[in-house]
Amino acid sequence: MAKHHQIDALIVGAGGAGLMAALHCSRQIKNTAVISKLYPTRSHTGTAQGGIAAPLGNMEEDRWEWYMYDTVKGGDYLVDQDAAEILAKESIGAVIELEHMGLPFDRTRDGKIEQRRFGGHTRNEGEAPVMRSCKAADRTGHMILQTLYQQCIKQNVRFFDEFQVIDLMVEDNVCRGVVAVEILTGELHVFHAKAVLLAIGGFGRVWSVTSNAHSLTGDGVAIALRRGVPLEDMEFFQFHPTGIYKMGILLSEALRGEGAIFTNDTGERFMARYAPTMKDLASRDVCSRCIYLEVREGRGIGGKDYVYIDARPETINTYQSGPGGKTVTAEHLEAALPDVFEMARVYLGVEPLKQGIPIQPTAHYAMGGVPTDNDGRVLADAQGTLVRGLYAAGECACVSVHGANRLGTNSLVDLVVFGRRGGKAMADFCTRADFAPPPAHPEAETVAQINRIRNGTGKEKPARIRSEMQKVMMDHVGVFREGPAIQNALDTIRELKERYQNISIEDKGQRFNTDLYEAWELGCLLDLAEVTAYAALDRTESRGAHWREDFPKRDDAHWLKHTFVTRRNGSLEATYKPVVITRFEPKERTY
Amino acid sequence: MKRPSSFVVPFKAGDALMRVHLKIQRFDPEKDAKPYWSEHDIEVEKTDQVLDALHQVKWYHDGTLTLRRSCAHGICGSDAMRINGRNALACKVLIKDVGQKITVQPLLGLPIIKDLVVDMEPFFAKYRSVKPYLINTDDPGERERLQSPEDRARYDDTTKCILCAACTTACPAFWANDEYVGPAAIVQSHRFIFDSRDQIAPERLDIMADTMGVWRCRTAFNCVEACPRGIDVTRAISEVKQAVMTGKAR
Repeated sequence: MAKHHQIDALIVGAGGAGLMAALHCSRQIKNTAVISKLYPTRSHTGTAQGGIAAPLGNMEEDRWEWYMYDTVKGGDYLVDQDAAEILAKESIGAVIELEHMGLPFDRTRDGKIEQRRFGGHTRNEGEAPVMRSCKAADRTGHMILQTLYQQCIKQNVRFFDEFQVIDLMVEDNVCRGVVAVEILTGELHVFHAKAVLLAIGGFGRVWSVTSNAHSLTGDGVAIALRRGVPLEDMEFFQFHPTGIYKMGILLSEALRGEGAIFTNDTGERFMARYAPTMKDLASRDVCSRCIYLEVREGRGIGGKDYVYIDARPETINTYQSGPGGKTVTAEHLEAALPDVFEMARVYLGVEPLKQGIPIQPTAHYAMGGVPTDNDGRVLADAQGTLVRGLYAAGECACVSVHGANRLGTNSLVDLVVFGRRGGKAMADFCTRADFAPPPAHPEAETVAQINRIRNGTGKEKPARIRSEMQKVMMDHVGVFREGPAIQNALDTIRELKERYQNISIEDKGQRFNTDLYEAWELGCLLDLAEVTAYAALDRTESRGAHWREDFPKRDDAHWLKHTFVTRRNGSLEATYKPVVITRFEPKERTY
Repeated sequence: MKRPSSFVVPFKAGDALMRVHLKIQRFDPEKDAKPYWSEHDIEVEKTDQVLDALHQVKWYHDGTLTLRRSCAHGICGSDAMRINGRNALACKVLIKDVGQKITVQPLLGLPIIKDLVVDMEPFFAKYRSVKPYLINTDDPGERERLQSPEDRARYDDTTKCILCAACTTACPAFWANDEYVGPAAIVQSHRFIFDSRDQIAPERLDIMADTMGVWRCRTAFNCVEACPRGIDVTRAISEVKQAVMTGKAR
């Protein structure tokens, strides 16, 4: 028998977006709770390194309009500009709020929040890099996660830690709660709620080389899809240019903010050729493509499939690539980038002050996800119908402020700004709304899914299916794509989904059965891989992170629109929603 | 144009493989009367993490092996465990640094839930007991509170803590008395005692002066060795002791 709970406002996921929503919602709604499959401090927000943007102007002149322009241009004009305006304006208050909560930002001589440069952030619409990223050394995400969790403790927010959400109760376009399993005991819990906010993060584990945690399997996004919610812009997945070679572990863009440059086998600073103004601080999609092109031309290091990020002080000083062209010292770099340098030392055995660091693009961030309006309310279709009582925020949501490519720092801004808005909107809703009745057998679907896996007797091993999926997605739905290859990937994913029906696991117990939940998570990844490949095949143009070699131009006449993919009776269909354009007309994108 | 040659790295690249013998402490209270060892001979790359080796066992040899893990690069703090007798994060220890015989156990001093998974609740209860949040009741106004770089530097080291419990469960004073608040909670207390924006240092020092507080520390330095974030834990503890004695945080 399942345990039943009645919670007014239920938040799924305890990263930055979930905790921010919980803080703001629980100020108004006492009966607020957070469910997370991890302890909150294990959430992936904690791995964000470089910073959170806000045009505070603490270092040099800056304006929200410039930041909004950079966000729109960075997203290759697929960004909804009303949302980008909110992001740019509210980032200031959001960063100040974090400081008031106690976040230990780095400081200027006069005690203000110190800021640094980041890719794609410019002064006066592209003139030059601007210092806009607020940071705590290179552990900004860690400090955001810790600070928000601290505040949740202070405010007595209720947590259900290590609960795996398996199903969403949605009927007739009304959300009524979720069904979850307590990982410790294997017990079923039905959470009947007035409102649910999904803040479950990303799904980089679809690809073989990724910066994402093992737990980033897109559960809530897949569950929403299964319950009839469309997914928006899933073809846009960001590959971050500086993943540690082979491992994919992220080395922050703060490296380049502090002056590090890319070099190829001949030692050339190749980004100067591709992006004459911004060079190494061009946006991430651009840098990742350039690395692939260098490798293709045979200029990878030793002819292999990687290049260097060079953070040696002598290199930075030779090219005058440091902030404002100033001279940098080893001591300064060590203080500004302690974690990044340590990762190079620990995982690669490379001394970053003396050697280039081998890097390759790594699957990093989902621009797409569950579609929402500017208050986190989930859309049921491309016409803007709402799913009553369902909200989403953070990486799993698509507002869309990132369009076709997210700017560095903007994931943190997104989760604070839209986590807050979602939490407030949810609280307003809960004060007005009653509980919608739960479905007749709320736990039936969850029990069926769990039993199918636990009792499966087939020969397939989940780990093999997962690694085959990751390989085909990396090969064919990565930085460069083309029609037949994507089709091949889509066919393979569908075969893997068939094979997934024949898996078996070894752990049949109830207690902390990670064998079971990993297998279940694989089902989510397969669903999201399928939607990603489907949407990538559908979009016959190149824009932002979605680069089609068979359609190498951006095609505003046909494709200045968002993709909504819905699953009905097992098959996928795409519809489209126009992009909101308010301030900046699309133009050619160069850096 | 041709697509670039594949960026995909095979599961095993093959040039630096090495055979290792893994010995893992196992215990499932649903079926086992007491803990036992499972042993596995597997092939891994020298630059693999111990976590990769554990995953290889779990994914391809024994799905019942149970552990926590998430980020796999030393930040989330999920996979603290005892590796060859020393507390560490399994994702931050490379095979080449531990050799061919690898013994893995759960953290000591916390109840075992299953295999390498321990009950973290007692640890988080201690964390919560030190009021791990900034308290400042003044109206901060519209902009950030000011803090000089020197004041910010004063508590920098202790902001790095990821609450993995490696330090506390390596501490002989904690093993001797599990009422002791432990090094991780003191690190958290330090982070606020020495933050110029916080207003309740006297209350924090009172908490630390409790019989189960900072004086239980016998400076064994195990915590410093165990900390995967390189925090000088013993130094932080001695600064808190100093502040308790003088009654002055700053």
